[in-house]
Amino acid sequence: MKSCPTCHRTFEDTLTYCLVDGAVLSAPFDQAKSGPDSSATAVLPKGEPEPTLKAFSPEPPPISTIPAAINQAAGPPGEPPKSSPPPPPEPGQQSDTRIMSFFRELLFPLLAVLAAFIACGVVVFLIGDSPFQTYKLLIGSAFSWPDGIGYTLFNATPLIFTGLAVAVAFRCGLLNIGAEGQLYVAAFVTGWVGIKLGGVFIKTPAGDIVSSPIANLPAIVLIPVCCVAAIVAGAIWGGIPGLLKAKFGSHEVINTIMLNFVGVALVGYFTQYHFKVPGDAIMQTAEIGRQANIPTLGRFIPGLPERIPLNFAFILAILACVLVYIFLWKTKWGYEIRATGANPSAAEYGGISIRKQIILAMSISGGLAGMVAINEVLGYRHRYYDGFSANYGFVGIAVALLGRNHPAGVFLAAILFAVLLRGGIFVDAYTVHVSKDIVDMLQGIVILFVAAGGSMVVKRFRAVKKA
Amino acid sequence: MIELRNITKRFGDVLANAGVSIKVPAGTIHAIVGENGAGKSTAMRIAYGFYTADSGEILINGQVVEIRTPHDAIAHSIGMVHQHFMLLEPMTVAENIVLGAEPGSAAALDLKTASDEIRKLSNEFKLSVDPGATVETLSVGQQQRVELLKALYRRAQLLILDEPTAVLTPQEVEEFFVILRRMRDQGKTIVIITHKLSEVLTISDNVTVMRDGRVVGEVKTSDTNAADLARMMVGREVLLRVEKPDAQAGEPVLSVRNLTIRGREGTARVDGVSFEVRAGEIVGLAGVEGNGQTEMIEGLAGLIPGSHISGSISFLGRDIIKMDARRRKELGIAHVPEDRHRRGLLLDFSLAENTILGVHYRKPAVMGPGLVLLDEKGIKGRTDQVIRDFDVRPPNSTLPARALSGGNQQKLIIGREFELPPKLLLVSQPTRGVDIGAIEFIHRKLVALRDQGCAVLLVSAELEEVTALSDRLLVIHNGSIVGEVDPKATTNEDIGLMMTGGHK
Repeated sequence: MKSCPTCHRTFEDTLTYCLVDGAVLSAPFDQAKSGPDSSATAVLPKGEPEPTLKAFSPEPPPISTIPAAINQAAGPPGEPPKSSPPPPPEPGQQSDTRIMSFFRELLFPLLAVLAAFIACGVVVFLIGDSPFQTYKLLIGSAFSWPDGIGYTLFNATPLIFTGLAVAVAFRCGLLNIGAEGQLYVAAFVTGWVGIKLGGVFIKTPAGDIVSSPIANLPAIVLIPVCCVAAIVAGAIWGGIPGLLKAKFGSHEVINTIMLNFVGVALVGYFTQYHFKVPGDAIMQTAEIGRQANIPTLGRFIPGLPERIPLNFAFILAILACVLVYIFLWKTKWGYEIRATGANPSAAEYGGISIRKQIILAMSISGGLAGMVAINEVLGYRHRYYDGFSANYGFVGIAVALLGRNHPAGVFLAAILFAVLLRGGIFVDAYTVHVSKDIVDMLQGIVILFVAAGGSMVVKRFRAVKKA
Repeated sequence: MIELRNITKRFGDVLANAGVSIKVPAGTIHAIVGENGAGKSTAMRIAYGFYTADSGEILINGQVVEIRTPHDAIAHSIGMVHQHFMLLEPMTVAENIVLGAEPGSAAALDLKTASDEIRKLSNEFKLSVDPGATVETLSVGQQQRVELLKALYRRAQLLILDEPTAVLTPQEVEEFFVILRRMRDQGKTIVIITHKLSEVLTISDNVTVMRDGRVVGEVKTSDTNAADLARMMVGREVLLRVEKPDAQAGEPVLSVRNLTIRGREGTARVDGVSFEVRAGEIVGLAGVEGNGQTEMIEGLAGLIPGSHISGSISFLGRDIIKMDARRRKELGIAHVPEDRHRRGLLLDFSLAENTILGVHYRKPAVMGPGLVLLDEKGIKGRTDQVIRDFDVRPPNSTLPARALSGGNQQKLIIGREFELPPKLLLVSQPTRGVDIGAIEFIHRKLVALRDQGCAVLLVSAELEEVTALSDRLLVIHNGSIVGEVDPKATTNEDIGLMMTGGHK
């Protein structure tokens, strides 16, 4: 017999709900009866309702309709549920599944990377070099101390920012192809602020002043102002396509691509005609005020020479990863963005303004892309330099893709791509046949495997769903 | 005629069919019943070659045959009509019917021969459709005939029909059954997949009951009854009736005056409708799908842009027509949407994240300064309560909503909306695609909510559901309310006639 927890009436085992108030009946007193019955397959003769009843397990076991991958704790598929109703989860169980799912998330991109390395290894072998030697060069050189690691992390910094930028937009269901334009605009604006508020005079070789500063702020004010300028400029450049999509429904992919051209050309114009040191043959602005320079990490880490440009922007990048994680998963704003990305109809139903989320996500995305300027302008070149970006905005798409749009994944993927960037130089120099194009090949194949594998997973998932 | 022998099919880790054996004698109507996910559609899709079985064999007229694609199935004279019609709406009936089996030479399409043959077929089986008509101008019932003709045109001897009556009005169902009997009498074999027991009892000769991917019983229809079948499907005793005391209706909660809602093309989907829902009563809205019910509910929930709505909606004396969905929810208007996958759930989000959808910005979902941070403890508390109160299985708040069966997803949504707590509940298709056990549970919860004094506006395509649950029943046709009836004093036939605009 089963009993109702609210009204304390007792009912037959075949019932699941109390017939009086609909509460779930508590476990049967007679445990032996509650086990699932495998004899349910038998075709039942008609006219004998009693055995019919007994042949069925009293509990409709829904377990078989749940992908066992999700239901890990329930044991191997096919094994019947131990008892009914299911026992309360043990304390360790939840964190276990969380760790498991983390590894599952990690496993797939790792496989893609591994497969890409194997595929490229074959090509290297066919060209006539040793794949092992090549990979030893590629990876070994990127992790040597201090130069390898220093440059790898320096190269990773902009990729972390752009990877995060793409990931945030993607979580809202938007594809930000415009990180490149956003970071160019941000870099120029940062340079402009660093010049105008950093007390820099731009003079002709003859000594005539062609541009004079507005103020000469101290470092403690100027650095934060420059950082904010980078973020705001990026946010505005990213927010424009967001606004266009929210207001007119024009597609963000087209608009961000177009704004890349507009942005790069615009800042190129300002550099060429207004902020270049006259007579300078290179397309770059004057140097920003010295006090706007942010220190390299070499000044603080023993053994890391100061000449390596790895700077505080890297710390900022790690901080950005943490903040983006908190924002997306721990705040109501992040919830709204993710809900909009996961299912806009449902988000709308939940009282979330989709338009607002689109503008917000694109602005944040642009702001993150803009933070590349902190690394490049404040930390490295100390000026806006035309063409400084090694396609950071576009590689950021790959970084986000490989990193599964998660800050931790983005961080790891950015490091990987930085390793390739750094190691490629050495492969180029020290192998007989292989050129640094191998890096592009590796990147391409990784993305190919991630994308192809992704659709494979989706197909599998659909098949499971159809069942 | 056709026999499935020991069919097993696995999708990933899900065992959809476990040793399924079904034998359908020639010249009979054979019903396959079972709850959602019982594997009945999978078995029939294997028979039609959409899927291939992992093991087991298919026999036609006693001979083992290989069916790997629908092409093979058609070659073996098997035809299938899907729940969702596979018709090209802008094309004519004839064009649709010959699609994939076009007569004439490679270059020229000989539609005239085809039309003649279609006419001959429709005369033979009394399936009157004009071959030259465009499909989109046809009613749902006529479209179904086109689907049947399509199968017959391909010389099908065995017809598999997947939930054929889901979209039909009661009258259309009657006509449809007449057609099926006639086809059987002319020697066709028909397999009908359904979960409506009354129809099984009316139309079929034999019934196979499936549950959890297995065949749990095969009986002659004349030897069984609804209660027995339901028990076999669910595996326990099921209450088929809704037991409810009379409504104690109070003050009007929702009062709609002259409400007009226009679709994107500017046509009025809801046309000058006025009605009232009072506290403590369930008002049903019966109608054939697509007659404005969706727009009505979404309009009341605040999900249709204000520029498309005119008239007045007053909730507890306040005009809410200008308020957005969030504001309306704050006032106590809960909404169980008709499409739980499109509207109701974030399928890849956890149960906990789904439970706070719509209330995610206020306590207990948030905490800290400015109520910005999500309060995981508070969210889990609320989720566990919904899971407990609404018997959501498996009871694990970290699972993605996708992992739940339809019935459990629906219970989660209903539980979330009940937690609001609502003063007015807008509920659309509360038991669509939900198994019998959960239907029983949801119905009881709705009645309990009514008895606590909540006003309920119910839309359902299941006529039996609206008549059983409603205290008053409004019939909607073509965007207008064509009448109000007492569900206890009116027959389904009369309501069905009103639904199609027949009479009042």
